[in-house]
Amino acid sequence: MHELAICQALLRQIMEVAENRASERVGRIKLRIGPLAGVEPGLLRSAFPLVAAATPCEHAIIEIEDIPIRVRCQICGSTSQARSNRMLCTECGTWRVTLISGDEMLLAAVEFQDAQTFNQRERTHV
Amino acid sequence: MCDSCGCAAGTDHFRVAGSVVRPAESGEVKVLRAMLHENDYQARHNRAHFDAAHVLAVNLMSSPGAGKTSLLEATIRALKARLSVAVIEGDLETENDARRIRAAGAPAVQITTGNACHLDANMVHAALHTLDLRSIDVLFIENVGNLVCPAAFDLGQHRNVVLLSVTEGDDKPEKYPVMFRAADMMAITKLDLLAAVGDFDPALAKRHLRELANGAPVLEISARSGTGMEAWIDWLIHEAASRRRPGSAHHGAAHG
Repeated sequence: MHELAICQALLRQIMEVAENRASERVGRIKLRIGPLAGVEPGLLRSAFPLVAAATPCEHAIIEIEDIPIRVRCQICGSTSQARSNRMLCTECGTWRVTLISGDEMLLAAVEFQDAQTFNQRERTHV
Repeated sequence: MCDSCGCAAGTDHFRVAGSVVRPAESGEVKVLRAMLHENDYQARHNRAHFDAAHVLAVNLMSSPGAGKTSLLEATIRALKARLSVAVIEGDLETENDARRIRAAGAPAVQITTGNACHLDANMVHAALHTLDLRSIDVLFIENVGNLVCPAAFDLGQHRNVVLLSVTEGDDKPEKYPVMFRAADMMAITKLDLLAAVGDFDPALAKRHLRELANGAPVLEISARSGTGMEAWIDWLIHEAASRRRPGSAHHGAAHG
């Protein structure tokens, strides 16, 4: 369950971005995670509130963009979509392929909200 | 992997500055930085330490009980007088493995992680400063036995060696693709038990590794009987020699 350690690293990074924004709360955190990153989005979502308690990220919505695994064939040059344990060229069948996408684990963006607006939103949710 | 943004496509597709872009109007701040940016930074720092001292750093990963410590004991004995070896040991608890390494004749630093399921670059950094790197040729980092979590954390190693013991089943690369994809070498261990196990097919294990688009060398080893040890030692000597050549500080790590 290394997702907790990843959440702690993520929080530190967001707090760095949030510096000098004391009047704002973090409304939304946008992540990009590929299947080969070795992190489970579901676990990340459930672990984040544990580390974000009593921080400006406390009620932030985590938005995760799934990234497909794509490979480029080193033999025939074609590009295919692949599965994490079957990364073969769909055209010629070789395993000699280069990963184009699918191992990302990125903090893409942080959306801030004015603390007042944020609190209003919170109230309507309750 | 691209150092700037953490994506797979390399560094030439687009450039992302290390600093954060702040658009004036919307409340959205684009960051586009690896979530483990902090660990990756520390790992690069560790790698710089290793490179400055011409040390080959090898991250050993496997499930618990695959024979990492036994392989290291046999390796230390086999390399004696040829290369000087030191070991950073990662375990949740106990100093047992470090004691075994010292008994085999190499300095060892034990990291006990408590409940953490993996080593990270900070832990390795603290440990490496207790070693005299200049007197070491090969530094093994024996990661916590776990086929999932350690794969996500770069430690600053040059090479990842993933062990697969014959008692575990030949489909492990198919079940744990993230870990086996990161391997620069797959060592099939406990080969002396192959006949007793009966249904482990080394060729099939290798095929599963290739299906992860991984062309890493595969060695079949028994630390107990000595089978395959020569090829393993040759590989280490070759890798260590490449660290001592000038201009050889390229990165071979999974997340480098």
